[in-house]
Amino acid sequence: MTDESSYREAVAAGMLPSEQSHLALLQSIADVARAIFGAKAASIMLLDSATDELVFEAVSGYGEGDLIGMRFPSSTGIAGWVLVTGQPIVIDDLQQDPRFDRQAAQRTRYVPKALMAVPLVNGESTLGVLQVLDRSDERAFSLGEVDLLILFANQAAIGLDLMQTARRVCAVAERSESAVAVVARIAELLERSEDEIASLRLLEALETVLSRLAS
Amino acid sequence: MPAWSLTAEAAGSIAIQTGWPERMTKEWALDDATGEGINVCILDSGVDGDHPLVGGVESAVAVTLDGDVTSIVQDELGDVCGHGTACAGIVRSLAPACRLHSVRVLGQGNTGSAELILGGLRYAIGEGFEVVNLSLSTTKRRFAELLHELADDAYFRGTMLVASAHNMPVESYPWRFSSVISVGSHEGTDSREWYANPDPPVEFFARGIDLDVAWCGGGTLRCTGNSFAAPHISGLSALVLSKHPGLTPFQLKSVLYLTASNTGGTR
Repeated sequence: MTDESSYREAVAAGMLPSEQSHLALLQSIADVARAIFGAKAASIMLLDSATDELVFEAVSGYGEGDLIGMRFPSSTGIAGWVLVTGQPIVIDDLQQDPRFDRQAAQRTRYVPKALMAVPLVNGESTLGVLQVLDRSDERAFSLGEVDLLILFANQAAIGLDLMQTARRVCAVAERSESAVAVVARIAELLERSEDEIASLRLLEALETVLSRLAS
Repeated sequence: MPAWSLTAEAAGSIAIQTGWPERMTKEWALDDATGEGINVCILDSGVDGDHPLVGGVESAVAVTLDGDVTSIVQDELGDVCGHGTACAGIVRSLAPACRLHSVRVLGQGNTGSAELILGGLRYAIGEGFEVVNLSLSTTKRRFAELLHELADDAYFRGTMLVASAHNMPVESYPWRFSSVISVGSHEGTDSREWYANPDPPVEFFARGIDLDVAWCGGGTLRCTGNSFAAPHISGLSALVLSKHPGLTPFQLKSVLYLTASNTGGTR
């Protein structure tokens, strides 16, 4: 991105929903995926390309609350295979496999018996992995259910892409001392303000002052 | 005469003896075949050659990446996931006497994964393996052209690339190329049953659901996915090639087409 376009996007980012909103969207996708498949847990992991690690961004069910932010090497176990090869997979009886990323699973304090995992693909980029773990009635996951999960994965990938863009432009805005970046930060502060009418009045006043200065 | 032309004198000297029957059957294509003499390469996460369902590998190498240069080294790590072992076990179950080779392109993280796949494929084609199983794909367009060139090169050099189709609405490679065999899953339970798809780019459907496959550590897992359908076609290809040596990829694909369950091939 050029500086100018970065600033423009930064200003836009200030007007976009906050990162909390994106995380809430991802959480919602994980919740719905878990509910539809009657699963004990569902999670969304995002690739941090700077460290080449998978990071838990949203967890529903087992692990909810304390898994967010946990990191694994991007080629770890089945999630790593799904990420790197871009192929969905369904596996039952995971506990039969002594080398299934058990260490990683134990770190999450939940060792699944079965899982469905699909890559989160947006354009050319594989952004992460969506997993659904164990269903309550212990039926096997079917091919049709993988297709259904893929539909959710597409939604999650769009959410992840928006969030990553917002993070990038926010980082640009935080670093910069230019006037446009300051406006972006003001826009973000106003966005956070709970008093929308006061925020709007402040913006109108600011616009009036700036137009008088310009003329 | 323009280049790549056939003179009238030469036309009589290039007769091709296929020995194909008037009506192609699965019996003609497969019966009593064992895969003997055919080299099947598993380009994946590595293969646990000691697994009883794999029954040994002839060779195992890994592709490494340093900067943008790939190298081939002896594989010391084995299977870093379990998936390659699963694919190898499926091929072995269909073609018990084939020679399995492992080319590991996973284990170095996500960065550079497309380069590793390219490096591994280049090696496999150079080795002259008759069949290469690719239960993987890349979405990176800048590698598509190179992959396409490699796939066409393999096709004319007698190496059949068998690639699992993506069942997601994304552009990925190499399964979309016509010089490879692309495979999706059917819902049947017969490992020796396959269907030709009248509506490509997925060309064939093979068994891909509820399979008990070999996995790391000597055990098995029940798995579902197109990535397990591809090794079925790889194993069946090894059978056809062992019974009918010297078939070109074009001919092999034609035999699989003519003997598919939905194209009149008798069982």
